[in-house]
Amino acid sequence: MTGLMKPGALHVGVALLLLAANFLLPEYHHGAMARVLTLAVFAMGYNVMFGYAGLLSLGHALFFAAGLYGMGLPMQHLGLAAEPAFLLGIFSGALVAAVVGALALRTAGVAFMIVTLMFAQAGYLTILYFLEYTRGDEGFVIAREARTVFGLDLAAPEVRYLAAWLLFTVAMFVVLALVRSPAGRVLVAIRENEERARMLGYDVARYKLGAIVVSGALCGAAGAAYGLLFGYVGATFASVQYSILPLLWVLLGGAGTVLGPLLGATFMFYLIDLSSGITDAYMLIAGAALVALTLFAPAGLLGELRRRACPWLP
Amino acid sequence: MALLEVRGIDAFHGKVQALRGVSLAVGAGEILCVMGRNGAGKTTTMKAIMGLVPVRAGSVTLAGEELVGLKPHEIPKKGIGYVPQGRRLFAELTVAENLEVGLMTRSTGEATRERMLEMFPRLRDRLRQRAGTLSGGEQQMLAMARALCLEPSVLLMDEPTEGLQPSMIALIREAALEMKSRGVAIVLVEQRADAVLQIADRVTFLDNGRTAETVEAAALRADPGLLHRHVGV
Repeated sequence: MTGLMKPGALHVGVALLLLAANFLLPEYHHGAMARVLTLAVFAMGYNVMFGYAGLLSLGHALFFAAGLYGMGLPMQHLGLAAEPAFLLGIFSGALVAAVVGALALRTAGVAFMIVTLMFAQAGYLTILYFLEYTRGDEGFVIAREARTVFGLDLAAPEVRYLAAWLLFTVAMFVVLALVRSPAGRVLVAIRENEERARMLGYDVARYKLGAIVVSGALCGAAGAAYGLLFGYVGATFASVQYSILPLLWVLLGGAGTVLGPLLGATFMFYLIDLSSGITDAYMLIAGAALVALTLFAPAGLLGELRRRACPWLP
Repeated sequence: MALLEVRGIDAFHGKVQALRGVSLAVGAGEILCVMGRNGAGKTTTMKAIMGLVPVRAGSVTLAGEELVGLKPHEIPKKGIGYVPQGRRLFAELTVAENLEVGLMTRSTGEATRERMLEMFPRLRDRLRQRAGTLSGGEQQMLAMARALCLEPSVLLMDEPTEGLQPSMIALIREAALEMKSRGVAIVLVEQRADAVLQIADRVTFLDNGRTAETVEAAALRADPGLLHRHVGV
């Protein structure tokens, strides 16, 4: 198999494996994996910006929340159907990302991180401020009867898993196509050496903004899907914790790898899930595992695999 | 007539003035070497031409078109390629991908790529290797090939022989001569006179951010004392 065919085969294989899991997983893990797949899309969005374009954001909860509320508020207050609400969620994520990106890209490095963090905090406080519509911290539940797409009940476990799988699979192939496209190469070139990319005639700011908008759209899609699949919209998802989590998932799985976010999100989810069954101090176990991984696999799980054995891994 | 003409430019690093009225000129199919001691302003001059260091006075023209005031990414599209000091490749990308990134802003694609691989045949054997794993000489070849993918009329090279063994330096010289024969104007920044004096047409000496003198390379070859006076070698 040629180096060009391997990545395609690998990603098709992963998609099929996850599809098969729908029929094989026990009930608890079936539900958990639907959640993990949705959150992995969030992490993939983060990875486009951080792993490929080299932009370290601390405010991605804002893009996830933009999708969540962009979908949830019109459904709750305007009675919008799930299908257009989902599209509105994606659009909200992209739009918020475009605005934040246009302003934050005037800065770089640590200042960029701080600016994105501040935007996310402003978003979080805005959600709390408009309590009347958002119900603040408490959030609101989207009624089960409203959560139907093309007549399918998204609250039903089978449908929910397949919807999460479909979203993940589409997102995975979108990201794969992006990173293997000429634009994807330019993003990596910018990450590697911004000045050199500029000296080859690339408008670096435009490419970075493009990466932020794609990232925002993916995170918005994840947020909107999360609300639809699990029926809850709350301010917690706009908190700083949800800006740090995708960073951790991506670092664990391997920044700049297409499948790293899935691996990182799965690993982290089950690490916390299993360790919390052993002790109340489960974050201590999670922390120790993270430190060990950082020491022994600084490029993340798939990053290390690519470095040591599979240089063709996208 | 000069293809690239730098006239009396002043440039600053923050509040510190790095260039004071620097001037130089290079014509099509000519190799101009820029020499000077450390801190003389050689690299800053290259960066000022490329718009990476703001020019506050003077002008930089390419075939009569003013470049000062353009955004840095617009200048390569006008026809100036730049190989910076230290090569600065995209280490995580393969050789083929590095060339692809160089080619994407031009429509000549495949033909240009083939010409680059003919000029630097070693790169053909390394197409799928990550650029960061190449030897110093191969990295320099790739840096040059990538800059030449833009089909520039002027090529700026900042210390291309730095840290290379003599056989590699000879290859770089050959490549420069081939580009010269194709009519490309080349500006070579160098510390090592022995590496480039044989192929240069003229030499501009910089001293403390100013243009000290421009002399024919033949005169320098005949009178090493001139070289000693300007760069202390």
